[in-house]
Amino acid sequence: MRLIFDIALTHISGRGRQTIVAMLGVAVGVGFSIAMAALMQGGQDDFVRQLVDTMPHVQVTDEHRTARRQPAEDLFDAAAISGLRPRDDRRGIINPTAALSWIGGWIPGRFAATLKSQGVMRYSGQEVGAVVIGIDPQAEPSVSPIIGDFKAGSFAALAAGGNNVVIGDTMASRLGAKLGDTITAVSSEGLSRRFKIVGLFHTGTTARDEGETYVLQKNAQILSARPNAINEINIKLDNPNAAPTVARRIEAELGYKAVAWQEANESILEALVVRNVIMYTVVAAIMLVAGFGIFNIISTITHEKARDIAIMKSLGFTEADMRVLFVLEGVAIATAGTLLGWALGFTMVYALSLVHFEISTTGREMTRLPIAWSTLHYLIAAAFALGTAAVAGYLPARRAARANPVDIIRGAA
Amino acid sequence: MNTLIETKDLTRILREAVPVALVRDVSLSIGEREFVAVTGPSGSGKSSLLYLLGLLDRPTDGTVTIRGRDTALMDEDERAAMRLVNIGFVFQFHFLLPEFTARENVEIPMRKLRHLGRNEMRQRASDLLAALGLADHLDKRPDQLSGGQRQRVAVARALANDPPLILADEPTGSLDSQSSEQVFMILEKLVREQGKTVIAVTHDLEMASRMDRRLHLIDGRLTMGAATGDFRSTHEP
Ligand SMILES: Nc1ncnc2c1ncn2[C@@H]1O[C@H](COP(=O)(O)OP(=O)(O)O)[C@@H](O)[C@H]1O
Ligand SMILES: [Mg+2]
Repeated sequence: MRLIFDIALTHISGRGRQTIVAMLGVAVGVGFSIAMAALMQGGQDDFVRQLVDTMPHVQVTDEHRTARRQPAEDLFDAAAISGLRPRDDRRGIINPTAALSWIGGWIPGRFAATLKSQGVMRYSGQEVGAVVIGIDPQAEPSVSPIIGDFKAGSFAALAAGGNNVVIGDTMASRLGAKLGDTITAVSSEGLSRRFKIVGLFHTGTTARDEGETYVLQKNAQILSARPNAINEINIKLDNPNAAPTVARRIEAELGYKAVAWQEANESILEALVVRNVIMYTVVAAIMLVAGFGIFNIISTITHEKARDIAIMKSLGFTEADMRVLFVLEGVAIATAGTLLGWALGFTMVYALSLVHFEISTTGREMTRLPIAWSTLHYLIAAAFALGTAAVAGYLPARRAARANPVDIIRGAA
Repeated sequence: MNTLIETKDLTRILREAVPVALVRDVSLSIGEREFVAVTGPSGSGKSSLLYLLGLLDRPTDGTVTIRGRDTALMDEDERAAMRLVNIGFVFQFHFLLPEFTARENVEIPMRKLRHLGRNEMRQRASDLLAALGLADHLDKRPDQLSGGQRQRVAVARALANDPPLILADEPTGSLDSQSSEQVFMILEKLVREQGKTVIAVTHDLEMASRMDRRLHLIDGRLTMGAATGDFRSTHEP
């Protein structure tokens, strides 16, 4: 084996320039594959992390997945009722205290109940449509997606006496109101109530910054004339991956629709799978190109060394020896290329990680490219490179090993 | 005298549009310690016969038996192993691996066989080359050697695994007369002093006459020298 290796080395070093070109081909392929994987994986991780951070891991609402069974269906076997929609129940989640204490009994994480309703905010003649969210200022921060985005005030300020509200900065500017001003909330039931702005947030999501308003749960219940009602329970789990299991258990027990974040984002998560398939296809394509370089050089060497192959066979080398020889040459070039490609990939990923850019026109949001550092990317790129090289070396090697030495020796004499 | 290699009705036909018979119905028997010349006009099938004897080519018909083993039944790997251990080739052109030094070239068959340790291989390669007058050229690559020197390296390589049979196809064909004589004497010494069997194709009838026995081919057929003791080379055809 050592002998075959020595011979392989003489062959590839004898074709220095071509070897270097083939090696660079592999290096560029491996390097770019690594950089691309780091970017794609980084983007994906970042995206999923944002999903997991900003969404409740499980959201229980006062809806049902299927319409309630109708009395007629209970009475008559033949009765089939279609086209029913689940009814909006003004009472929200029935028996909320029992439901919450049952959830509190076993859930590995935190949760908070809210009452969400539609309304309008008014200030000095301006009107903006709003989702009025009634929260518990103690429980909400542990599940709230906006908790890190306060520009002024906080949820705690809601409880500070009087009727208070927290709104987004975009809504504030559309209303022309600022911290400390008193705005009027009007519910879809036609009830109105005045609230003092005690907090402003900016999440970067326009729908939130312009549409969400937070008040105490009690105030939301009064405003919508639904005493003691809640219609949403948001749950954050210690382990986000447990969400589907938790959701299934809640739904089975309470009967209300419980949606895990994975379900809520199913189509997005599917798109990520497609993205990965595309990425590996591109990696395979890049490696195929690198493989051509190797195929090219190994073919050249087998032709150039046809005489040496014949003489080695006459000395007692087997066809398998000759195949191993050329596959080894291909793999050796790919190995050198892979090492170089690792260095190249690492450098590119590092360089990318240094890139800053500004998204917002105001220049406030400085962002870095999302980058994933993963040894797996290096190993996958290497596996692709070495696998391609083995095939690219094997094809000409098989041909060369089979050739009849007599024909070559006759021709060369 | 023990038989080393034997053929029976050995035939090699190339299946071309018009079939070409390279070797036809050659039956012969060659013993240990024989120094055999193969002669005949150009294109008479001398090289073809040698390739068949050396298991480089497969006969269309007939058999080659080496040391009592019928090689027709062997697969390619067994034939390769047979070549490695029992047969040394010397061709008209030296066919050394150009990237390796003289000594490395001689070591290659030994490294393939792996009967010796690394240092023993080195030593044996040096000894073989020194015995052929190349002590000063161990570390030279083929392109740094003269034609005669290269051919002697090729002989040393053929001897590397100490095979009983040396097949030489016009080993002196590309050499000047002085180098030719030198290589011829080396081959002769292999037979006389080391007990090898040497079968050498040659155009040089004077050389053939100094060998034990002569096989003469015409159009792929053996016209004399089929059995040991037959037609001494002193008998002209
Ligand atoms: N591949 C081939 N195709 C056609 N003819 C061939 C081929 N190989 C050898 N021959 C012919 O077979 C005959 C025997 O060749 P060879 O054994 O080399 O003869 P020698 O060594 O005696 O000169 C020659 O006439 C040669 O031209
Ligand atoms: Mg010939």
